[in-house]
Amino acid sequence: MSRRVRPRWNGAVLVVAIGGTLVAGCGGPGSDAPQAEASSTTLSSAPTCGTAPVTMKGYFETGFPLPKALTTEFSKQFPNVKFDIREDQFAVITQNAPRVLADDPPDLMRLPQVSELVKNNLLKNLDGYAKAFGWDSWPASQLAQMRLGPGGRTRGEGSLYAMGLNFSMTGVFYNKKLAEKIGMSSAPTTLAELDDAMAKAKTAGITPITQFNGGATGGLAFPLQDLMAAYGPAGPINDWIFQKQGATIDTPSNLQATQHLEKWIKAGYFQKDVNAVDYATMMSRFIGGQGLFMFNGDWESGNLDKQMPGDVGFFLMPPLEKGGKQAAMSAPLTYGISSRAKNADCAAFFLNWVATNPQARDIDVKIGGSHPMGSADASMPEVTPGTVTASTLEAGKKIGEDNGAMDFIANATGAIYAKSWTPQLQKLVAGQQTPDALLKSVQSDYQSQVGGS
Amino acid sequence: MARPTPDTAADPSKGRHGPAAVAKTRSPARAAGLRTPSWVGWLFVAPALAFYVVFVLRPIVLTVQYSLYRWDGIGPSTWVGLANYGKVFTDPDLFDSILNAVKLILFFSVIPVLLGLAIASTIRRIATSRLALVARTVLFLPQVIPLVAAGIAWTWVLSSTGVVNQVLSHLGLGGVTRAWLGDFSTALPAVGVIGAWVLLGLCTLLLLAGMSRIDPALYEAARLDGAGSMREFLSITVPILRQEIGVCVTVTVIAALASFDIVYISTQGGPGNSTMVPGLEIYYLAFSERQVGMASALAVVLMVLVLICALPIQWLTKDKNS
Repeated sequence: MSRRVRPRWNGAVLVVAIGGTLVAGCGGPGSDAPQAEASSTTLSSAPTCGTAPVTMKGYFETGFPLPKALTTEFSKQFPNVKFDIREDQFAVITQNAPRVLADDPPDLMRLPQVSELVKNNLLKNLDGYAKAFGWDSWPASQLAQMRLGPGGRTRGEGSLYAMGLNFSMTGVFYNKKLAEKIGMSSAPTTLAELDDAMAKAKTAGITPITQFNGGATGGLAFPLQDLMAAYGPAGPINDWIFQKQGATIDTPSNLQATQHLEKWIKAGYFQKDVNAVDYATMMSRFIGGQGLFMFNGDWESGNLDKQMPGDVGFFLMPPLEKGGKQAAMSAPLTYGISSRAKNADCAAFFLNWVATNPQARDIDVKIGGSHPMGSADASMPEVTPGTVTASTLEAGKKIGEDNGAMDFIANATGAIYAKSWTPQLQKLVAGQQTPDALLKSVQSDYQSQVGGS
Repeated sequence: MARPTPDTAADPSKGRHGPAAVAKTRSPARAAGLRTPSWVGWLFVAPALAFYVVFVLRPIVLTVQYSLYRWDGIGPSTWVGLANYGKVFTDPDLFDSILNAVKLILFFSVIPVLLGLAIASTIRRIATSRLALVARTVLFLPQVIPLVAAGIAWTWVLSSTGVVNQVLSHLGLGGVTRAWLGDFSTALPAVGVIGAWVLLGLCTLLLLAGMSRIDPALYEAARLDGAGSMREFLSITVPILRQEIGVCVTVTVIAALASFDIVYISTQGGPGNSTMVPGLEIYYLAFSERQVGMASALAVVLMVLVLICALPIQWLTKDKNS
């Protein structure tokens, strides 16, 4: 009998022993986290990639040909530099970013929201490079979103932790053929005119707005933020996104904006199934001529020029009153260098080359569809007049003049988009949430996330 | 350890022929090894056990450990004791996700098992015909198709211009058409239907296998006694299939509570969290919100919940005769 009992005993002892070792073997998790850099290094001269063979490790986003086109051109001009590139979807990069930067540090990486990465000392401080290359003399708004205060708390000022390959511009695309049908011959110049065009489209049996708002990506945040910037100044919205002390999204002008969006929803300006529409479906519907307007960004300019040549127009969200200031979500396509990167100097040289080399700037516009980084008087590549790309680049100028560049309200914290904006906007569509309660709920989530992190 | 136990001490060679017995006569040292076969047994189990410890036990222990800290997955962590568990039960979002998982049991377990019983007994009656073979194949197909592909196909079927709405429109029911996965009131049931479709085949096949071992003489005897097909089903089929039903219910209840892939592909928890389930919430907490401690606490709660549901089912459906 005893033989039958004993192995069980052994088993229990073994489990306890193993479990005990495992628990006793480690203290609190995260004790191997990277330590803070003492300070950013001062460089005596601008770094280069040298002449010895270098293999740069890149981690890029799948589905966007721009970075690969740039690295190919770079290798052509600097044959000693080769690129070893790994690609993933943006959602995967977002989830992997901290672990990849810590365990398998790339020299150059497409970055998601950077606050938490800076907090954990995973990104290289680029201040030294900025000084050496003269990035400091560029329009400040280009780099503001990538500047962070100590500990990654406040964005918008402080040290530079990332660079853009170019910067994107958002606004309203419209289908010119459908616009003709409702007698809209030029882009609306006031919000009232935009409302009027939507009403006319609705009466004519044309869906006024194609937008996505399904799954975990609430695309109604695009028109909402545009409306916020039409009803109020862009500054306070940026302050909120940058987590400035005391910033709130629950303001009277933002309430008016949310009520305006609700008016569009109740008037049936969005497709009935907007809560089940994802980004790809929205694009195929717009290209298929199933909607007059679409709130989106210039990363689609090249695509739309190719798919519906001559049939698409673009305008910035019109202001409340004619001639008023305009604003738009505009964000750099952020790339960063791991704090543990082997070839940081070469990566910084590459980022500077992207912004200053004429061929690179040309690729930025032709393939990326967006405005290159760099000083305000840098040469601009030729684009065919009348194309969407031309009008989105033109819109970039206006935003520069009006100082109306905003980051996206979805980028305020790591979780605010999926956990707050998206479900709240989906509820607004379903009539289960009021504009006032929507803003209050997002603000309270924001406070608990900002305070708790 | 080395204390001889009755059966090993009695006669080692008895029942153990071949090299071991020969070895015994040659080398007394080996004979001592023969007398302590308990550790030799462990040697055979060791490879599998090592995998189990490294890939099952270690993660569980670490999850429990993480659940007691506030940690973003990289930086330094703070000990918070049971605070994460408190939040799981007081945060309405987290608690609602558990409730949704419980609601999914209706679609993932009740419907597939009941429907599976009905279909299996129907197929059994026509077991020899070609139709039975076709039916079995068609029903089991969802198990073979990758869940991700199935999920994508279903999002097309249930979309506002999908097959379901087309059929409804043709029947003159255009009024009820909607984006099934994008509507607050229908999203969770729509996800449930996908789950039912996936699990129905598994249940049917399991139950069918069980039915094939029922002695046909029982049915014959029942029929002679004047039993109808319903009486046969309730008095013979169901009681004998007790264990198979137990397996079906256990597997499907766990699938409902720990659901992730179907929901992730079809709705990602939307609209407005109406289809959020713990599996998805854990994933979002750990990888989007970087609250590894909270995610671990929810994972531990989910594990306990699965055990609370699965163990009584095991006990209830245990074959009392064996």
